[in-house]
Amino acid sequence: MAKTETVQEPLRNFAKVKEIIEKFGTDRSALIPVLQAIQGEFRYLPQEMLSFVATAMGIPQAEVFGVATFYAQFSTQPKGKHIVQVCDGTACHVRGSSEIIKKFKKDLQIPEGSTTTEDLYVTLETVSCLGACALAPAVVVDGKVYGNVNFDDVAKIIMSMKESDNE
Amino acid sequence: MSKIFEELTREVVNTPKVPCREFIQAKLGLIELNDEKKKLAEELSTIYRRESGIFDCQIALCKGTGCQSSGEIALWNRIDEILKEKGIRDRVNIVETGCRGFCEMGPLVEIFPQHIFYCKVKPENIEDIITKTVMNNEVIEELLFDGIPIAEEIPFYKKQVRRVLKESGHINPENLNDSVVHGSYQGFLKAIKMTPEEVVQTMIDSGLRGRGGGGFSTGLKWKFTKASDSAKKYIVCNADEGDPGAFMDRSLLEGDPHKIIEGMMIGGYATGADEGYIYVRAEYPLAIHRLEIAIAQCREFGILGENVLGTGFNFDLKIKQGAGAFVCGEETALISSIEGKRGMPTVKPPFPSTSGLFGKPTSINNVETLANVPLILNNGVKWFREVGTEKSAGTKVFAMTGKIRNTGLVEVPLGITLREIVYEIGGGLKNGANFKAAQIGGPSGGCLNEEHLDMPLDYDSLKAAGAMVGSGGLVILDDKTCMVETARYFMSFTQSESCGKCIPCREGTGRMLEIMERIVAGRGTMNDITLLEELACTIKNASLCGLGKTAPNPVLSTLKYFRDEYIAHIQDKRCPAGQCDALKRYEIIPEECRGCSKCSRVCPVGAISGEIKKPFVIDQDKCIKCGACFEACPFNAIKVG
Repeated sequence: MAKTETVQEPLRNFAKVKEIIEKFGTDRSALIPVLQAIQGEFRYLPQEMLSFVATAMGIPQAEVFGVATFYAQFSTQPKGKHIVQVCDGTACHVRGSSEIIKKFKKDLQIPEGSTTTEDLYVTLETVSCLGACALAPAVVVDGKVYGNVNFDDVAKIIMSMKESDNE
Repeated sequence: MSKIFEELTREVVNTPKVPCREFIQAKLGLIELNDEKKKLAEELSTIYRRESGIFDCQIALCKGTGCQSSGEIALWNRIDEILKEKGIRDRVNIVETGCRGFCEMGPLVEIFPQHIFYCKVKPENIEDIITKTVMNNEVIEELLFDGIPIAEEIPFYKKQVRRVLKESGHINPENLNDSVVHGSYQGFLKAIKMTPEEVVQTMIDSGLRGRGGGGFSTGLKWKFTKASDSAKKYIVCNADEGDPGAFMDRSLLEGDPHKIIEGMMIGGYATGADEGYIYVRAEYPLAIHRLEIAIAQCREFGILGENVLGTGFNFDLKIKQGAGAFVCGEETALISSIEGKRGMPTVKPPFPSTSGLFGKPTSINNVETLANVPLILNNGVKWFREVGTEKSAGTKVFAMTGKIRNTGLVEVPLGITLREIVYEIGGGLKNGANFKAAQIGGPSGGCLNEEHLDMPLDYDSLKAAGAMVGSGGLVILDDKTCMVETARYFMSFTQSESCGKCIPCREGTGRMLEIMERIVAGRGTMNDITLLEELACTIKNASLCGLGKTAPNPVLSTLKYFRDEYIAHIQDKRCPAGQCDALKRYEIIPEECRGCSKCSRVCPVGAISGEIKKPFVIDQDKCIKCGACFEACPFNAIKVG
């Protein structure tokens, strides 16, 4: 049941975007916080919302799009319901994070060349450093940090992620 | 002790639960006290410091990102539960502190006044801790680190000089009262009695250099900003700690946010700025949360805002969240990002000190640099220069990670040797492995080898060796780490983080990465080494910003100190560390093989053949090095070379 719900894309709620812009203001320096808030709400930046932001804030569309594609945090593609971030910073890398990434990719059935499962259930991201280097390799699932992750922990982490659907 | 406190608190009540507004204001010199009350305030603060309130005992729980991930929250609940069960909840105070730096051993719990330090505490240990240690002063041996009960006696802490990190892990970062009692904002109160010129001069005299990478004199930076004529100026705290492998800024912000705020206030006063920005990575949600709390508390108590602490000085702070771009650690790129643009660097000059944020003079300082500022004002230049070297004064926090026994944050005097850090503080390598190299300074730094173990770690010696202090990431590598692969890793990092503005960096890093990938795949030629060196030289000389200028360092330093590994990859098609997949060679050890045929069944290319119950053989020409046979073998009869 949980899975079918996640396939539904969130409603394109421009009222919400309007509210966000009103909160941060239309000053140029508010653009990044506005985009962050929109992404927080919708999990990605739909193109029509970028156009809406550009018009509402009086910034050329090209520039808004430029900012949205420059920063790693922003995604113009829909993201999954769950976000799995595997750290591939130096400390994690030397302690074998690439194997962990491979294992997640395989177990979560992420298609080659993509980061998100087809049913938009989960997105797998590699991040450059979470600053949890002493716990290398580190994995963050929906904001929860797991440290010293080994090959066998991957299945357990996926299991507890799936269990959280029922809560 | 609590009795004395009760005596004293008849007039003023000040506990962690009920912070007293008047007490904080009195401590900060906001309200005039008569001598008797001053004395009372002093005694209160001494007792507060010792016992933190009316409690008989205090349990300090580390709530850094590290310990949180190892289950700190479950501990808190369990402690609360057991204390209530035993009926002593109101006599024991639970304090959640910032990072203590010894993340490997987390979750960490310290019990006061017994002063006992427990490592790797699990919820099932809590009952014992409370019944034995808290109620009966007994020490639980199994939870100690190597049998040492006091944190400061543990080799990891003993050799350190914790100045910037002193309060981190001891105070409750979400409580202004706690910080004030431990001396926060005293440095600012000293600074405000001096002229801005004197403050700048003090910073110059102290010899404090930027802790974020560049190593430029903080005093001079402030001097230039101060000299710029403008009614509006800014001070920016660079907390965009993007170097993979560094986390001291995160820990400082999580553990002692008021130190950074105070540093910025002093900087603002010295340079003439009345507004500050803290640019923090969005990847550090806890640091942002703690900063928000700290700033709100400061506003409430008149430490930020108009007429700060009644001094006539106006200063306010804003937090800006980064959006995930390594290049934004470069100051001009950071400015563009705050302004809401793509984080691309601009040509210097003009330097930010003349034209920075919104075109106004701006001083940009790193988190650790700013944390040093109040200490210098408070304790004086002489004290600051007591440790460190002539040209690199003070301490530096290194984030020691990798194949080391004790990972964590270590604050040491600049000029300490690598050997002392690795073997005395770090406890040597994991599983007794051999030290091979130390990667220092992240993607902009370089690798040092065994010969450098006795070299002093300071700005200038490291630069001469082809590395840099950088932000202080220190990754220890053992002989199972391939240096060529490590250099490739950094190259792929800088290549993907290059903003693309200038051609040498955008194209150059891409070409270097291609060559590195070729070498680790076993398709490199000797000519590639020359090509790498040539490209590196161009990128270093012609790039616009620091990212490009330092991007080739990991390759250059590994070429310098580990050239034979490159040659092994190229000429012998062999990875000496056995790490590079494409150069691995899987072989069946005939003596161990029972001939079960499991390997030949999992081999996707049919490279393994043999008769049942007789040793099987891998056809090296067919093998694609996927490792499936290695995982499948139940007898460990397959070796990887």
